[in-house]
Amino acid sequence: MNALETRTRAARDAGRKLLLPYVTGGVTDDWGDLLRAAVDAGADAIEIGFPFSDPTLDGPVIQQSSDQALRRGATTRRILDEIARVAPPVPVIAFSYANLVLRPGADAYCAALADAGVGGLIVPDLPVDEMAPVAAAAQAHALDLALLAAPSTPLRRCADIARRSRGFVYAVSLMGTTGARSRPHESARELVRCLREETDLPVVLGFGIAAPGQAAEAAGYADGIAVGSALMRRLLDGATTAQLGAFLAQLRAALEPAG
Amino acid sequence: MDHLLPGPKTAVSRRPTGLGRFGEYGGRFVPESLVPACAEVEQAFTDAWADPLFRAELRHVLAIYVGRPTPVTPAARLSAELGVNLLLKREDLAHTGSHKINNVLGQALLARRMGKRRLIAETGAGQHGVATATAGALLGMPTTVLMGERDIERQQLNVFRMTMLGAEVIPVTSGTRTLKDACSEALRHWVTSVEDSYYCLGSAMGPHPYPWMVREFQRVIGDEARTQCAADLATGTPDFVVACVGGGSNAAGTFAGFVDTPALLVGVEAAGGAAISAGSPGVLHGFRSKVLQDEHGQIAEAHSIAAGLDYPGVGPEHAYLADLGRASYVCVDDAEVLAATHRLARTEGILCALESAHAVAWVIRAAGDGTIPPDATVLLTLSGRGDKDMATLMELS
Ligand SMILES: Cc1ncc(COP(=O)(O)O)c(C=O)c1O
Repeated sequence: MNALETRTRAARDAGRKLLLPYVTGGVTDDWGDLLRAAVDAGADAIEIGFPFSDPTLDGPVIQQSSDQALRRGATTRRILDEIARVAPPVPVIAFSYANLVLRPGADAYCAALADAGVGGLIVPDLPVDEMAPVAAAAQAHALDLALLAAPSTPLRRCADIARRSRGFVYAVSLMGTTGARSRPHESARELVRCLREETDLPVVLGFGIAAPGQAAEAAGYADGIAVGSALMRRLLDGATTAQLGAFLAQLRAALEPAG
Repeated sequence: MDHLLPGPKTAVSRRPTGLGRFGEYGGRFVPESLVPACAEVEQAFTDAWADPLFRAELRHVLAIYVGRPTPVTPAARLSAELGVNLLLKREDLAHTGSHKINNVLGQALLARRMGKRRLIAETGAGQHGVATATAGALLGMPTTVLMGERDIERQQLNVFRMTMLGAEVIPVTSGTRTLKDACSEALRHWVTSVEDSYYCLGSAMGPHPYPWMVREFQRVIGDEARTQCAADLATGTPDFVVACVGGGSNAAGTFAGFVDTPALLVGVEAAGGAAISAGSPGVLHGFRSKVLQDEHGQIAEAHSIAAGLDYPGVGPEHAYLADLGRASYVCVDDAEVLAATHRLARTEGILCALESAHAVAWVIRAAGDGTIPPDATVLLTLSGRGDKDMATLMELS
């Protein structure tokens, strides 16, 4: 078992809900500081977005943070250098896009990630049917390739995804792009239940979780949450690293069992 | 042009293999949320295309509504000037003014058969948007068209046409604000409305089954032209078959009719959007093909005077035909295109779309430099009429 999955399983087995903040790599000068702040706020792992010019799965906020990072000259190499420099004490998961992986070649890409200390990989436009070459490369470099399941995923496909995912399974809470919503989709609970029947991997819920109340609700049925747009929205609006850390600490608190 | 190979009788223009593969290209690189929707379209199209009733219904609509078959017009005066025998397959005469309607009516009938109630489309030049708005009106299906802000500015006439037809046009403000961003936005829009909406994709690209399905709906161009040539030409088939290539639907449909003949197939790209001539393998908008990109894998911006060719990728079957050597891909620049537009207008009385003028421009060049030998027969698909481009042309003259 790779380091990321060891970590996620250990947390889950200890009854700790996972908090996975998302940060677009290169979005600001001091984005590396945000990684440290996230760890201090209780993040169990950090998703780093590798900005892509055409992010079909991302809503307006992550589109904007990706555009900003690209304008600032973000590249895979520079982001990896910063990750290696900061070397956060929790696993780092690369949130990428298929073309960024396939351009250098899946093996070279995964090797570079592993070298920088990255432990996991999510490629949202690489569904289970297309994953084989990347999955092999990830495994060869001890990276966990975590797969997404959506409310529209049929049961049998959920089983396949659950079986082939590594690190955790990412349950997409709603039919839509990344971005804060007032209320997660009702089908999120049902999706998590289906995935649980198929796997004992931790199931992390993501997309649209923006506030402590939603985090607490999600903690009632999932093993953890991923939070991206809500964090990047604040960052783009000018929040300081300390404020962003405080926001994550609120979410962390909301994930703890009441009383 | 020594890379123009004679056409081998390779088994191409068939159904793609596996998950929409044309050689190493194609596939279905979409977010998991959309995989079931793509699979549903694939299943529905496979059934419909094997159903004689569906085919008959589509044939009927294409005849009584679109005005098919479109004629093949000998370009007599231009032919005399060029010293070749140029024939124009007149998609500009199809209802709504371009070949886009062939594909759209096929998909809209499919959407209705699937029980979908709304249509979503992306558009660049606006021709596909107009065609989809038209089908939406014809079948009583509310239609939403995603269009880049920059394209909205340069194709105002088509925006107004879509509105007249009752469609909602949503401006896309992200990225380069052109066709590529409209495609991304259409996929995002589809994710949120997949229950009742059908994504009517406008070219032979996108996730499986779209490249295959769109080619099948457009093959009426090539099939008709082949029959028309067989009736009119002593040789039966033309020596050259030429079409412009944006996403590649009019070319794919045209080539499909001639792929098993000795005709040389030539796809003409815009110099600023030449995915095959200048691109490299990559994944964009759900499929693997040749794309314009930088060393890091970021997609590059395309630049063409023709909004419909302003796309950094190309349908996967074209990348495959290029690798096989069954079709050749060339490019022409904006200046050649403008000259060709004027020349066709003056010699034949046909104001064609700037996209289509790319094909004309290449024939003019190739006849001049001997790539097309004297007296060779050239079938050229004139994909659309030029009304939409008059504002652009007025600004330039
Ligand atoms: C008249 C015309 N021709 C050609 C194209 C390019 O599309 P395709 O390559 O799919 O035929 C367009 C696209 O908008 C068009 O409007």
